[in-house]
Amino acid sequence: MDTSNDNSERSPDAGGEVSQPRMQVERQALGERGTYRQDYISFLNYSFFYGPAQVLYDIELAMPDRQVTALIGPSGCGKSTLLRNINRMNDLIDGVRHEGELLIGGESVYDPHLEVISLRKQIGMVFQKSNPFPKSIYENVIYGLRVAGRKKKSVLDEAVERSLRRSALWDEVKDRLHESAFSLSGGQMQRLCIARAIANDPEIILMDEPCSALDPVATGKIEDLIHELKENYTIVIVTHNMQQAARVSDRTAFFYLGKLVEYGETQQIFMNPANSQTEAYVSGRFG
Amino acid sequence: MKRFFDEELNTLRSHLSLMGEKAIEQLRAAIKALVERDRGAAEEVRRNDDILDELEVKIDEEAIRFVGLRGPVARELRLVIVGMKAGHDLERVGDEANNIAKRAIKLVDERPVKEYVDIPRMAAMAEDMLRDALSAFFDGDEAKAIDVCQRDGEVDKINKQLYRELVGCISERPSTTTAAIELMFVSKALERIADHATNIAEEVIFLLRGKDVRHTDEIKKTQ
Ligand SMILES: Nc1ncnc2c1ncn2[C@@H]1O[C@H](COP(=O)(O)OP(=O)(O)OP(=O)(O)O)[C@@H](O)[C@H]1O
Ligand SMILES: [Mg+2]
Repeated sequence: MDTSNDNSERSPDAGGEVSQPRMQVERQALGERGTYRQDYISFLNYSFFYGPAQVLYDIELAMPDRQVTALIGPSGCGKSTLLRNINRMNDLIDGVRHEGELLIGGESVYDPHLEVISLRKQIGMVFQKSNPFPKSIYENVIYGLRVAGRKKKSVLDEAVERSLRRSALWDEVKDRLHESAFSLSGGQMQRLCIARAIANDPEIILMDEPCSALDPVATGKIEDLIHELKENYTIVIVTHNMQQAARVSDRTAFFYLGKLVEYGETQQIFMNPANSQTEAYVSGRFG
Repeated sequence: MKRFFDEELNTLRSHLSLMGEKAIEQLRAAIKALVERDRGAAEEVRRNDDILDELEVKIDEEAIRFVGLRGPVARELRLVIVGMKAGHDLERVGDEANNIAKRAIKLVDERPVKEYVDIPRMAAMAEDMLRDALSAFFDGDEAKAIDVCQRDGEVDKINKQLYRELVGCISERPSTTTAAIELMFVSKALERIADHATNIAEEVIFLLRGKDVRHTDEIKKTQ
């Protein structure tokens, strides 16, 4: 997540009314109605290009609010590209362009009135390799808040405890918050990155192969954590582990060569896929 | 380490436990209707059979979903498979109880062949075997499961005895033929219920040992 940009220190109203974080408003309205929308994140006839190379083709995909959607498919099929477009991370690359629409809470992420910074604040990201900063555990968690100019110790302390509790790390680190983040195990570092991603209280958490470097026990912990987090966050996860997709997700999307081959309830995709390519892939018999 | 889907296994267990209770209830009610020559009660047993059928379907769905999505291995995998098989056995117990109720209705119009002694005794034995097989499953009690397997022979013995006795009744008093044949069916149904209890017990041993003891002498040898 790129929170290092100076723009993020601007007060929320600096850009006038149009730059209000729209998704926040949307979710509050949803909360009052007590319903979740099925098309919280929607790709509409969406294509994506790195320069001349098209890597996503006419994607039609609606991900529900506060559920876990898994993206699966062979290497190079475009999962990470799709994921990173949700917070417009790919915009940092030269020569990229898209066609079609990508909506979050009914609003286009490409709306010229929407600030990319406020978009990214609403979206936490966790990568395959945990990437803590060379700072203390405490500073890692509140990094985003510091960048946003929050200074009050009580606020920061509270955010650290809340985020570490939510990421199921608190009990393991509460007595060593000011030690270096590099003193943690791989699984703990990954949970620290999740804590950092949720400290800003985002709407969405994007995870790109978050467990691929972890042992089964640490993986199990992250999976249990994902299951808990979906109560409050919409989660999109890329994974090469079929068992993991089956265990943690509510919906699964199977991609091949930049196309969405099949999308549906995880139970259906894993137990009764409609497409023979999906069947071959989830059975480990692809290619 | 607890996992978020542990609750799903508990649901499966509790549905199986409920199914066991219902199956035993059906067996008792069918025998009571038979002995008391109560047509209404027997018809009630026949109507209630659906409950067991529905529970079996539910257990199957839960078990298949668990295998498909949670990727169980080792004992957890055996637990789910044994749960499914035990559900099937309990559904068959329900079918046999239903069968007994059907015979009980026919017997209401027949003159009694003899006093009901052996059939209630067999029913009590089959019921105890079922109860013990299920508690062996829920408590992981291997000794109890082995004990159930070893009691199956007693029920078989009474069934054969009763069969001979009823054949005797028919040749002495041909007017009892219809009633005697119905009672043979009841006796056979009870013998089958004991078989299902034995199946469950063997499945429990598989669950605990990870080794199939069916069609081997192993259990008998330990006698
Ligand atoms: N920065 C980039 N510039 C040009 N092409 C890229 C860039 N990033 C990815 N690609 C290409 O886009 C396609 C999709 O890549 P992407 O990383 O989205 O795949 P993926 O499904 O995440 O694969 P993996 O499972 O290996 O992570 C690939 O052909 C890749 O080579
Ligand atoms: Mg990738």
